[in-house]
Amino acid sequence: MDPNIKFIQGNEVCVEAALYAGLNFFAGYPITPSTEIAEHLAQKLPEQGGKFIQMEDEIASMAAIIGASLTGKKVMTATSGPGFSLMQEALGYAIMTEIPCVIVNVMRGGPSTGLPTSVGQGDVMQARWGTHGDHGIIALTASNHQDVFSITIDAFNLAETYRTPVILLFDEVVGHMREKLVVPEPGEIPIVERLRTSVKGGVDYHPYLPREDGRLPMSDFGGVHRYNVTGLYHDMWGFPSNNPSVVQGLHRHLNDKITNNVNQISRYKEYYLEDAECILISYGSAARSALHVVQERRPRGEKLGLLELQTLWPFPYQMIKEKCENAKSIAVVELNAGQVLRAVKRAVNDPEKVFLANRIDGVFITPVDIRNMLRFVQGRGA
Amino acid sequence: MERCRMVFSGSGGQGVITAAIILAEAAVLYENLTAIQSQAYGPEARGGATRSDVIISDTTINYPKVVQPNVLVCLTQEAYNKFYTIIRPGGMLITDSRFVKTQRKADAKQMELPIYATVMEEIGKPIVFNICMLGTLLALTELIQPESVMKVIKTRIPKDFLQLNRKALDIGLNLGKAHKTQ
Repeated sequence: MDPNIKFIQGNEVCVEAALYAGLNFFAGYPITPSTEIAEHLAQKLPEQGGKFIQMEDEIASMAAIIGASLTGKKVMTATSGPGFSLMQEALGYAIMTEIPCVIVNVMRGGPSTGLPTSVGQGDVMQARWGTHGDHGIIALTASNHQDVFSITIDAFNLAETYRTPVILLFDEVVGHMREKLVVPEPGEIPIVERLRTSVKGGVDYHPYLPREDGRLPMSDFGGVHRYNVTGLYHDMWGFPSNNPSVVQGLHRHLNDKITNNVNQISRYKEYYLEDAECILISYGSAARSALHVVQERRPRGEKLGLLELQTLWPFPYQMIKEKCENAKSIAVVELNAGQVLRAVKRAVNDPEKVFLANRIDGVFITPVDIRNMLRFVQGRGA
Repeated sequence: MERCRMVFSGSGGQGVITAAIILAEAAVLYENLTAIQSQAYGPEARGGATRSDVIISDTTINYPKVVQPNVLVCLTQEAYNKFYTIIRPGGMLITDSRFVKTQRKADAKQMELPIYATVMEEIGKPIVFNICMLGTLLALTELIQPESVMKVIKTRIPKDFLQLNRKALDIGLNLGKAHKTQ
């Protein structure tokens, strides 16, 4: 038996990947359906010299990982919708102070405590706009264990590269189901390490002065440099400022570092798009049912294709517009009332040709559900 | 191989979910097959009718749940009442004769087997009921090698209990074989 082959839950895959990416600090408050992430890290992190803390609530968890990241750790927390709501204030702080961190939200049915043990994908917009103020954000998702592994590593890498929180939007189905994972050898997937300043101790260090390439080298807090960190608009020293040009500069920087790099951040998979007349757009667990339909219908001559989104934010408007140019119809398959649907309608030339195939009753969408909707779209009746 | 979709059902504590995980894991780790296991969480996992879905195949599995099982195992009356209608026509319905009275003829091969009674008679401990069920299922379906299942069991339980599980698996295999030839 190959020791790198595992048969585990999606949540455990996320744990394996986070450790592979160098995670060494986790603070969280366990909640279904994300609990296994905390459970497994509670065992594995201390074994590897890392720290695991079970916090009193979710905002404290978020605050703890922000602080730990600032001291030089690679950090993560995991939760579900209700806990993600409670993290929003501190999430905004991490965005403003540009502190790398990874937040896993294993989505369940909402709003409020909703359906704790059922699947949902209702937090797509919350990931985008849950915290207040204009801001850029990165949110990623995946539909199978091999992809959960690589996307989780991507999340850590993007967090370091852009000095920003990255949200992993998994869901109950992917989190709880067991399937095969082949763990890559160390070094097989590149890991982005913390960019630290080369400025020596005793020499002025400007924590918020970007290099020529736009990146901000960090200095482990509590180390050789003394500097200020604040959620207020701040200058290159990290001190509060309401100088209009400083405010505008930082505001632009926080948004531009994400939106100007959509192509670098965007991850997606495509199936049979070349000649597809009808394109399904889906993500997370729902993409599994969509792919089932596409692979079943193709041999019968139906020109169906699937575009599986792995980066949800920043939304890849241009890519979707180009991929969907020749499609006669587009169906967005998701487990909410149409959150990505709206974004897709904004992306394509002809929003009238975009339809929704969803389920919002806590039951995982079946291939039959999708086929029934396609019959309407294709004018074949009920 | 033909894709096999299975539903294991019973009540919390009978070990149906553990059995489902062991089977799927054995298929993936030791037989180079593709498998997916999922289960119903929530109130139904604490007493009531527990359910776990397993799909085993030699090709990629996308949709991870089971709508119409080829093989349906029901270890309690409640589980049987709730799930017997979903059996795929021509499939195999395995029930334990100690716990389930089948009411109607389903369009399936119905196997009412004394799994629990045999375990109690030959071992006297209900704790390995689920492994015995797995042995029965393997004899009837010939899905994977029983040795693969033993390999997984070895990684999951203390050494002192290995012999007990081995015996339970064998009892199940014999029970299944006896009814297969009937």
